[in-house]
Amino acid sequence: MPQGEHIELHRKRHGYRLDYHEKKRKKAARSVHKRSEQAQKTLGLKGKLLAKRRHAEKATMKKTIAMHQQKDSKRKAEDGAPQSAVPAYLLEREQADRAKVLSNTIKQKRKQKAGKWEVPLPKVRPVAEDEMFKVLRTGKRKQKQWKRMVTKVTFVGHSFTRKPPKYERFIRPTGLRMTKAHVTHPELKTTFCLEIIGVKKNPNGASYTQLGVVTRGTVIEVNVSELGLVTPGGKVVWGKYAQVTNNPENDGCINAVLLV
Amino acid sequence: MNGRTPGVHPSKMARVKPVPAANLIVQLQSETSERAGPQLDVPQNITPAQLEILLNGLLTQEDGDKLPYSFHIQDMPLLGELGAHLQAHKVSVETVVQVVFQPQAVFRVRPLTRCTASLPGHKEAVLCVAFSPCGRHLASGSGDTTMRLWDLGTNMPAHTCTAHRAWVLCVVWAPDSNLIASGDMNGLIWLWKPDSNDPVGCCKGHTKWITSIAWEPAHKALPSRRFVSGSKDASIRIWDANTRRCTLTMSSHSMAISCVRWGGEDLLYSASRDCVINVWHAQDGHLVRTLKGHGHWVNTLALSTEHALRSGAFDHHGNAPKAAKEAQQTALERWQEACRGQPERLASGSDDFTMYLWEASTSSKPLGRMTGHVQLINQVQFSPDGRWIATASFDKAVKLWDGVKGSFVGTLRCHVGPVYQLAWSSDSRLVVSASKDSTLKVWDAASRKLKEDLPGHADEVFCVDWSPTGGAAASGGKDCVLRLWKH
Repeated sequence: MPQGEHIELHRKRHGYRLDYHEKKRKKAARSVHKRSEQAQKTLGLKGKLLAKRRHAEKATMKKTIAMHQQKDSKRKAEDGAPQSAVPAYLLEREQADRAKVLSNTIKQKRKQKAGKWEVPLPKVRPVAEDEMFKVLRTGKRKQKQWKRMVTKVTFVGHSFTRKPPKYERFIRPTGLRMTKAHVTHPELKTTFCLEIIGVKKNPNGASYTQLGVVTRGTVIEVNVSELGLVTPGGKVVWGKYAQVTNNPENDGCINAVLLV
Repeated sequence: MNGRTPGVHPSKMARVKPVPAANLIVQLQSETSERAGPQLDVPQNITPAQLEILLNGLLTQEDGDKLPYSFHIQDMPLLGELGAHLQAHKVSVETVVQVVFQPQAVFRVRPLTRCTASLPGHKEAVLCVAFSPCGRHLASGSGDTTMRLWDLGTNMPAHTCTAHRAWVLCVVWAPDSNLIASGDMNGLIWLWKPDSNDPVGCCKGHTKWITSIAWEPAHKALPSRRFVSGSKDASIRIWDANTRRCTLTMSSHSMAISCVRWGGEDLLYSASRDCVINVWHAQDGHLVRTLKGHGHWVNTLALSTEHALRSGAFDHHGNAPKAAKEAQQTALERWQEACRGQPERLASGSDDFTMYLWEASTSSKPLGRMTGHVQLINQVQFSPDGRWIATASFDKAVKLWDGVKGSFVGTLRCHVGPVYQLAWSSDSRLVVSASKDSTLKVWDAASRKLKEDLPGHADEVFCVDWSPTGGAAASGGKDCVLRLWKH
């Protein structure tokens, strides 16, 4: 027996102190308060480090709790059977359940005529012009102020050629140009990286639509040919509309929801 | 080379394509290399229709009626003028040209062109659809646990059969058109009469879902009594429809049965996901042969006489002799005609993207292996005359193969989704295919071209069946609607 295990030895011989468990419980109960006090007191770099550590701790805790809950809760046994009926030859086949036929192309066309969509984001924060554009001073003395630079993400078609700089009123920086979007199919709950075909509508105004500015709430047209969507007429759908759900200029990517 | 030659009559000068001077020597012969008449000296611009007249004259049909024929040169169908065909396919004209003729069906099934009726009623996806052998009834099974019978005269629902408690996965008519067996997801098989919605009885025995059912051929027993069912629980059971008892159980497969067929030679064929095909004796259930070759799940089986076995005594008008003895004799004759003096051939399609052609009654060696698909093969179908095989594959293509030798004939491409099922017209000239892309497509087998595109379904088409009398086809799918297609 190693040295220093005298406490265990003592406990074996005489048992715990009578108030041991009570003290332990109280200490544990008090620890939250102590911790909070410490968190409030710690400032600067130490505070940051503490917060980070605590955040990680909480994340693992949440995960463990979720796991336990999943273990405890009684659910219907999933035997891998698909929810909707499939013929015998498709049973137990792993379906890439993508080629969902969307029977509402006609509906979408009707909406297009009216110029309205029932979109996932019906209202967006209006973007003011001075937020959208940055004024560029030009001229030898930099006193001319007619040039604007778009500060948001833009979509520029691949056949676009710039005007001569003398006449170019709006500059769309190449660093903020994007050609692909991460589009989520709301029914299939899957996301695909699809090519953008064009900007259909920017809610902030027609001029932004023309410029191809992509902000939150913008309806873009994406190339869905690789999803294998088919019209009721059996033709392959290749262009579908999607609404942007994030702020692309902040995130560096475009996330969108397919409008079905 | 084809310049105008001096001395040609002015009326012929105007022709776009002058007739080449040299004639061709052809020898007409049947598929079994029996020569019909002597070698013939024919002009280069002779057409298949003219050849047909020639051949009918040579063969001197006794009762005076002319039979339609198709002509093949080195396995290529002759569609246009002979000279042009030979030039296009680089066939030598120095030697005698061997022209193989094949008799065609004396009747013609007109291609489907339009949807004549959409029959709503099912509340879930339609999983299987089947015309009766007489072509007068239509049954469909669905995910809403019902089997429905439809009135083809008025295009209305006739009966709703509600005994099932789970998805109805397969519906199969007895070859005498008097009984329907339907298997469900729970492993029960219910028997029905075509004129009522009360079940005749229930066959309990399988522990998992039924994948396939096949009835005993009409030339073996009429009225039909026995049928065989294959299930996910890896067993095959033979049932008696009168007593609803399981008479035999075969369980040598180790994985789910994907397909069972009852051949005309008293043999049962079963394909399983354990990659083998077993041949059983139908009377006592002993294992005759095991056909090995596939490297993955075997999905489907097809018999070269399947159309004759399915339609039993009914001819292409849907008529059959009333008396059972006579009908059985008619069925036997029809089956023998479909066999054409040879043993039945069996084609199997698999998840390893290949097919095998077997002569299962005589040998366990395959006649041929058919490769070409790049995705799994979901269905294989022999044409009613047994000369062609059509395959439906998940690689979006339908392929045609020679039904005797198993050689590749052509690819039919137009679908944009996996092809699930296909059905032949009873005259072997047309194929209809159902696909995940929500369309049906009708193909011409001889020219291997798309004949008709049939959009209409709003979602995946799971099943299609062409009536044995040829008048209509029915299809059902995920959009819960059964559709009838006609010319």
